[in-house]
Amino acid sequence: MIIESWVLVLLQVLLYAALAPLLTGWIRKVKARLQNRRGASIFQPYRELYKLFTKEARMAHTASILYRAAPYIVFVATWLAASAIPLVATGLPTAAIADVIVIAGLLGLARFFLALAGMDVGTAFGGMGASREMLVSALAEPAMLMAMFTLAMTAHTTNLSSMVDYQMASGNILRPSYMFALAGLMLVAIAETGRIPVDNPATHLELTMIHEAMILEYSGRHLALMEWAAQLKLMLYGTLLANIFFPWGIALKADMPSLGIGLLLVMIKLAVLGIVLAAGESVLAKMRVFRVPAFLNLAFLLALLGLLSHVILEVGS
Amino acid sequence: MSLDHLSLLEQLMLVLAAIALFTSFILLEQARLVASIHAFAWQGALAAAVTTVVAASGGHTHLYFSAVLTLCLKALLIPWMLHRLVRKLELDRQIEPLRHPALVIMFAVALVIFSYWLVLPMVQQELVFTRNIVAVSLAIVLIGLLMMVVRQQAVVQVLGFMSMENGLFLAAVSATGGMPLVVELGVAFDVLVAMVLFGVFFFQIRESIDSLNVDRLNRLTERTEEER
Repeated sequence: MIIESWVLVLLQVLLYAALAPLLTGWIRKVKARLQNRRGASIFQPYRELYKLFTKEARMAHTASILYRAAPYIVFVATWLAASAIPLVATGLPTAAIADVIVIAGLLGLARFFLALAGMDVGTAFGGMGASREMLVSALAEPAMLMAMFTLAMTAHTTNLSSMVDYQMASGNILRPSYMFALAGLMLVAIAETGRIPVDNPATHLELTMIHEAMILEYSGRHLALMEWAAQLKLMLYGTLLANIFFPWGIALKADMPSLGIGLLLVMIKLAVLGIVLAAGESVLAKMRVFRVPAFLNLAFLLALLGLLSHVILEVGS
Repeated sequence: MSLDHLSLLEQLMLVLAAIALFTSFILLEQARLVASIHAFAWQGALAAAVTTVVAASGGHTHLYFSAVLTLCLKALLIPWMLHRLVRKLELDRQIEPLRHPALVIMFAVALVIFSYWLVLPMVQQELVFTRNIVAVSLAIVLIGLLMMVVRQQAVVQVLGFMSMENGLFLAAVSATGGMPLVVELGVAFDVLVAMVLFGVFFFQIRESIDSLNVDRLNRLTERTEEER
């Protein structure tokens, strides 16, 4: 039984790494179709990763050991954070290791090394990107934790797997607090994964870029790991939104049919989320960098209102 | 959880009330005049929706009438009048941001907590779940008041006043199943008259100080400033 569940964990972790580029490719494809372009195949991100892995990794003369180590740390920390979020099944051993706060911490660790690596070479763009990333994350993290606390107060646990179990057990209930938490978490996810109103993922040279500015100096396998980590982070937030708020179909038992249904449904949910994201990105224009704090204040306000409406409307009676 | 005992309609009521509170925050923060009028219209529509749901779940048929009245008056007629006024005054592209947005929003959140604390004894005495909404509606009233304090623009202050009325209406509907029809008609008429009077006043203020920023009314005239 124990071995079986660890096999499942391994499977889920590999699924995360394997499906993350597919999600990115899907979003790019949908976005291209919405803009009347044909777009690249949805498997294009795999080809790009393969290309980068086979290329030589060039390094600046001023780069330190930190610069060399950062891609591995960033990738592993993001991957570890993703492994604690139930993808196809709940009640796995990794869920017992990490709760929401640890996930936020792991993402924080990844971000810390990403920003350090951005500053390490000493180019102007790297430092600029790092400082912007820190601005965004310093405002996004409290909002994310506040939204998570709203869920934790309802489910009486900070463990994601138990939260999903609680959601499944309590059936379909309209909760004002969940609605606010969902809206707040969506804004946080957009800011954290560098999607359009905050950062443009499709650009390589623009004065207002954030994520691309930090990894501008990377090449070869290092760049591949950084890109893969970013794709994983997108998938992580997507799964978080899809499985915590709409947990239908997630496998509660570890047998083949329910796992298959779980995988199918989570892929459908992520695909729908990708369409929503692509549509939003096609409609909205990128904000000025100095408008981003207002955007994240809105996310924080939504999360806070979720907490308050839980206390006022849901507990009081 | 207590929410499990409620029917779907009653859960819907709580959700709508919570969104109404959120529109209050949008009204407070919105810098564009036209957008804040739209937010006010949405708040009116939400108040009407809450009334409809209360009527449907509690069987108060007279509430349907007040829901229709609210929808016509606060979601359609008054926003339309305000819209026309703003266009006449050529303010539709004006942007007037809050001075300390984060501070004001945190103050508004504190007001929500305060109104919850005020209503707490009432909620503990009676086990009707709609009384939870009283805290929300009190918060809407207080945020409307805050809006009239922190905003300088006359039209936005009127929006704050009107949203206070929305909050009072929500409180009446959720606490006692609505006011008597005569009172409701009277209030609706009052609001309408107030709206017309405000319209006249806007033009008066505009003519005398050439702006709708009421902070300028604190000074006597422009000339004394120059002479100093």
